[in-house]
Amino acid sequence: MIRVKPDERVRVSLVVNGRWLFGHAEPRMLLSDFLRHELKLFGTHVGCEHGVCGACTVEIDGRATRSCLRYAVQCDGATIRTVEGLAVGDTLTPLQAAFNRHHALQCGFCTAGILMSTTAFLAENPKPTEAEVRDMLSGHICRCTGYEQIVSAIMDVAHGGG
Amino acid sequence: MKPVAFGYARAETVEEAIDLLAEEGREASVIAGGLSLGAMLNMRLVRPRIVLDINRVPGLDTIVAANGVVTTGALVRQVDAFRDPTIASHVPLLAHALPHVGHYQTRSRGTLGGSVAHADPSAEIPLALVTLGGAVVLRAKGRTRRVPAADFFLGVLTTAREENELLVALEWPTRRPRTVYAFDEIAQRHGDFAIAAVAVAAEVVPDGTLGHLALGLGGIEDRPIRIETAGYAGRRADASLAEAIAEDAASRVVPIVDLQANADYRRQLVRVLGRRVLAAAFEDAVRGA
Amino acid sequence: MTEPARKWIGAAVPRMEDAALLTGNARFIDDLEPVAGIRHAAILRASHPHARIRRIDLEKARAHPGVIGVVAAAEVTALIGPIPSAVRAAMAYYPIAVDKVRYVGEPVAVVVAIDRYVAEDALELIEVDYEPLSAVVDPEAAAGADAALLHEAHKSNLAQSRTFHYGDPDGAFAAADAVFKAHCRYPRYSSTPMETYGLVAHFERAPDRYTVWSNFQGPFILHALMCGSLKIQGNRLRLITAPHSGGSFGIKQALYPYIVLMAAVSRLVGAPVKWIEDRLEHLMGSSAAADRAGSVEGAFTRDGILTGLRFHNLVNVGAYVRAPEPASVYRMHASSNGCYKVRNIFIQNDLVVTNKCPVGLNRGYGGPQFYFALERLMEIAARGLGLDIVEIRRRNMLEKSQFPYISPGGSHYDSGDYLAGLDETLRLADYEALKRRRDEARAAGRLYGIGIAAGIEPSGSNMAYVTLAQTVEERAKAGAKSGALGVATISIDPSGAVTVRTASTPAGQGHQTVAAQVVADALGLRPQDITVVSEIDTLTSAWSLASGNYANRFASIVITAISQAAERVADKLKAIAADELEVAPEDVELADGTARVVGVPEKAMPVRRVATSTHWNPAGLPQGIAPGIYESVVMSPEMLGSPDEEDRVASSVTYGYVCDLVAIDIDPATGRVTVDKYVSVHDVGNELNPLIVAGQVHGGFAHGIGGAMLEELVYDADGNFQSGTFADYLCPTAPELPKLTVGRVRTPSPTNPLGSKGMGDGSSMLTPAALANAVADAVGSDEVELPLTLNRVWDIAHGRRHERAGAPRARIGAGPQAAAKPGGLVGEGTVELAAPPAQVWALLLDPKTLASIVPGCERLDLVGPDRFVAAVTIGVAAIKGSYQAEIAIADKREPASMRMIGKAAGALGHGAGEGRVRLEPTATGGTRLSYSYSANVGGKVAAVGQRMLGTVARVLIAQFFKGLERRIEPEATAEKRSMWRRLFGGGDA
Repeated sequence: MIRVKPDERVRVSLVVNGRWLFGHAEPRMLLSDFLRHELKLFGTHVGCEHGVCGACTVEIDGRATRSCLRYAVQCDGATIRTVEGLAVGDTLTPLQAAFNRHHALQCGFCTAGILMSTTAFLAENPKPTEAEVRDMLSGHICRCTGYEQIVSAIMDVAHGGG
Repeated sequence: MKPVAFGYARAETVEEAIDLLAEEGREASVIAGGLSLGAMLNMRLVRPRIVLDINRVPGLDTIVAANGVVTTGALVRQVDAFRDPTIASHVPLLAHALPHVGHYQTRSRGTLGGSVAHADPSAEIPLALVTLGGAVVLRAKGRTRRVPAADFFLGVLTTAREENELLVALEWPTRRPRTVYAFDEIAQRHGDFAIAAVAVAAEVVPDGTLGHLALGLGGIEDRPIRIETAGYAGRRADASLAEAIAEDAASRVVPIVDLQANADYRRQLVRVLGRRVLAAAFEDAVRGA
Repeated sequence: MTEPARKWIGAAVPRMEDAALLTGNARFIDDLEPVAGIRHAAILRASHPHARIRRIDLEKARAHPGVIGVVAAAEVTALIGPIPSAVRAAMAYYPIAVDKVRYVGEPVAVVVAIDRYVAEDALELIEVDYEPLSAVVDPEAAAGADAALLHEAHKSNLAQSRTFHYGDPDGAFAAADAVFKAHCRYPRYSSTPMETYGLVAHFERAPDRYTVWSNFQGPFILHALMCGSLKIQGNRLRLITAPHSGGSFGIKQALYPYIVLMAAVSRLVGAPVKWIEDRLEHLMGSSAAADRAGSVEGAFTRDGILTGLRFHNLVNVGAYVRAPEPASVYRMHASSNGCYKVRNIFIQNDLVVTNKCPVGLNRGYGGPQFYFALERLMEIAARGLGLDIVEIRRRNMLEKSQFPYISPGGSHYDSGDYLAGLDETLRLADYEALKRRRDEARAAGRLYGIGIAAGIEPSGSNMAYVTLAQTVEERAKAGAKSGALGVATISIDPSGAVTVRTASTPAGQGHQTVAAQVVADALGLRPQDITVVSEIDTLTSAWSLASGNYANRFASIVITAISQAAERVADKLKAIAADELEVAPEDVELADGTARVVGVPEKAMPVRRVATSTHWNPAGLPQGIAPGIYESVVMSPEMLGSPDEEDRVASSVTYGYVCDLVAIDIDPATGRVTVDKYVSVHDVGNELNPLIVAGQVHGGFAHGIGGAMLEELVYDADGNFQSGTFADYLCPTAPELPKLTVGRVRTPSPTNPLGSKGMGDGSSMLTPAALANAVADAVGSDEVELPLTLNRVWDIAHGRRHERAGAPRARIGAGPQAAAKPGGLVGEGTVELAAPPAQVWALLLDPKTLASIVPGCERLDLVGPDRFVAAVTIGVAAIKGSYQAEIAIADKREPASMRMIGKAAGALGHGAGEGRVRLEPTATGGTRLSYSYSANVGGKVAAVGQRMLGTVARVLIAQFFKGLERRIEPEATAEKRSMWRRLFGGGDA
């Protein structure tokens, strides 16, 4: 059994966006803080720190989930994908490109989380209905868009030609 | 909004976990999905000396059907249970309840066991377990005990689990013949904790009368409850019976209140949602009978 | 190629901002480390709504390892003065509580530590000795003579009262055929941007200067107030905005007191300080739209012509009048006729302070409250007069031929065709079909309703309208104020790269893309050739008081400044090119990246070469052309003058129009409102970028839906804040948004060269009124308040008065009553005990007994006659807290009844309450003990644990009496256990 004292900083190593990285964390350090302030991956945003708003959603071991409700020490050895890991070079993913085309983001603060959820969601359900898309999005709060253009961007990517 | 300093222990086996609970029980918080605990830790509402992480304990994520019971390990994620063919075919009530649990991004991590251990009065999984008459399997050093769901939930966030016990599994009675399972809830927003949730297992015998009926209510009292319905067996399973049962239930509950709803409204939801879910279940059951 | 000037303006150009935001490359305030050695601040906030601070002990926190410094009001006020206000009232406002706390969440002390975790640890070590005072939260109650007084020096909670007369309102009402009245209680809510406040404050010596990086969004008139409070001249406070801001909707304007506070803290602790507000802080202590009470009356002819209006606005500004408030009350003031012809208007604005968080800018900025009053009135009048809700508007709306139109309050309505907008709304909604559906639905016993709300959308605020809060004399004394300065600078560097600086601090509105479109057209380039810098550095940027991002000012004012600067650059480029091409400047056009002779496209040279020659070859420039390209425009629309002596002011520069129509179906069994049809028609003048316009329309609508259906910052009657998490404060998510049909009418604004109007508030102002109207129509009652939650609509639909959960309920029978306050916890129950009343009585007054039966009691001492103090640890599951409790017994009537009064305070919160206990002998020689209790709980448990509180209280009370029973019957048997739930579940709270 691994045991860490409250004030002990331990090394946490994980694969983030295809690279082995490491940083140090006390047990209480939120994964969201670890990604941002230890690993300097500021693309993941923090909106509520109590698991409701969805801004901090990242993909951990293939699943979209809240990074504010996970502690960095729990993630030693995990494989994580963040918004920085979506585009390849200057080439946006089709989803990112559709968000631009449809004006699916305004302030862009919630966007990283929504992209991570949607990327995982479409991998499991490539041809969702609009109701399924809205159900998936209900785990995110966006205060700018009213969600309309987000839904149309996702439907466009899933069903093409939209 | 950061947690208090806490120690961390990652158990590799159930034995390690219960050893630690024997040692630290009172001061330890067990983390599975962490969907509820994480929020309470971050708000400093919960201030454990140590957080015991059971996520890497092998064998706690299995779903096994045997002897009329489906046993789900404590770490079965909500999304995995929803996709599992055994759950779909053997525990349809749970399968009906799961889409109402949280959101896509929380079901991916949230566990069946965690939801039961947390015991939110509005949570769907505890309601399904209580309605089906399932059980909670708890292990402590040197002993394992099964607590019927009806005795497990004691109140808001309060259960029969002792501080030195680890919730290791849930036991779900498998589907009964001629029985229809139905679940519905009303929440202010999609995916919110239910203001009222109704779970039904209704058996209709071939002559169209009600056989066994289990009616569970969530979000109404300080724990999921089952309404006594034995007296209705033998009556014609139709809309008017649904209404009578729902009225009876509404008259008996002592609702909680919160910002979302007062007691009168909760009682009303028992009446209307109860009637609707029961009537639909009766209709389905009669059609199948 | 005669019209190259409109190639990009009006096109749906995807945003240039997006690439950074989509890839995680954009940088927000918490991503910045702009100076080395940053330390992290956390704020201790008041858990009491109203209390005197007897003593603050910072020493334990200061001694905590990792702490750099801890400061409270004494240290801070040695450096700063109060923040100035437009309202002359003795209500000094500091960014930290001085002597008293006046709302839950008010800053009390600041810890600076090596990281945020340690800073929060140290917060728990600060000891504050509070003397709780009674509190007031309701604006009507606050104005009363016996209300708790927030600011003793002012002697009243009424901060200000002003009345205004336009035309002859008294005459209009005297002559009216009918008068209708709408009571308008409007809840408090907030747009809660997804990114909270954040800043890095850095005090440097030599010269003494504060530099603050933040996501503050203006208005930069507040810079002057900050400097006033910090007692420094303007260039000693350098504000730098972050490259990106995660939404604002006006809310981030209220970051400015924290800029002052943290600037002072940085100086006091000797380190640059980063403070990032967390979501709990944001919900309890940032800002919100003001809740209002009051009424509006309308004088009508029997034909439904509105001839007069009387507004009585009772505005709850929170604990302080925090500048720029009371601006939200005056933003719509000069347009109080809305989109109607009415010219006789009386307005009374009463501002009251209460024990709630101070209010400020929020999307719509006074519009939602204003239209809720006016548009509810129109439909109440329509029903009263037997007119269709469309017809009453048709008879009163301004006609196209009346524009430009000066409203009674002095607004210059620039353009509009309101009836065309109404007709387009009806066409898109198929109004006649909806009415048939309503008839059918009603015939089938369903609740179906249709509502409309229409209004103007003022944009580009005249800074002077705020001074309507002052009397004519006060204004004269303070000196005239006017205008709304737009600032833009365009430069072309020696490489030929075009840079635009706008000082418009957007938070998602796409200013960069739209500015690039405008400049691209003027210079014959493509938007991607233009770089737009929209952030502000007050030390190096061109800016003025009106800079920033608010009041829909971009497309109404900033765009004019950009256009003018672009025209100047274009003129210069043309002059240089003309010289080179040997033609007159007016024969040169800029298109496709070239400067070319009109009609002779092969006679051309690249714009880039023309521009760079100003740097590389100044000697070769034509006579009178200065080297370099750097054009700066500072402008203010001419018509935006000071208020006149009749309190009239041209308060905005453009006036858009919005007309919403909604049809709803209510499930009478659950109160669920389902939107059957929602149409919203907008006139924004010429659209600069239709993609962005659509985004703003849908976004404004979502805020309207949230305010109408879900959102409320909830306080109990004692001022305890109860909606402290995103699980309690309900923002709409994707499934909650109904399908919106958007329509357009277009009347270009004559006030700027592009014909555009500001927009963005849009439906956030009208949707709440439209939905309330539809619900009122469906249920046939005008007692409609927001938010229209399930429980509330169910109550309204059944003609019941809605009582929020936790509010007191009528007790059954004549049992003992505890005085309960709205929003508190109440309950009652009965228990049968085996001992006679005299014995029970003695036990209840015995310290030893109490110590053994008070839940979680660790120690209990008698400190006076019938007075006890106790240390208790109370917990539900793992949520445990230690509290100091005081219990007093009063109104003793031995052995029949008593009153138990208690209060407790601890780290997780505090509570106060009382219980009444009655003892009656039973036939079997025992006692029937009946009790009722009421309690109000505050602090963290109330703010974030609201869902659980009522039940927890019941459990604790049950434990208490269970303990009592055990004392009487030590062998109390197990079969009794099941009874306990029936007995003590009996609290019907």
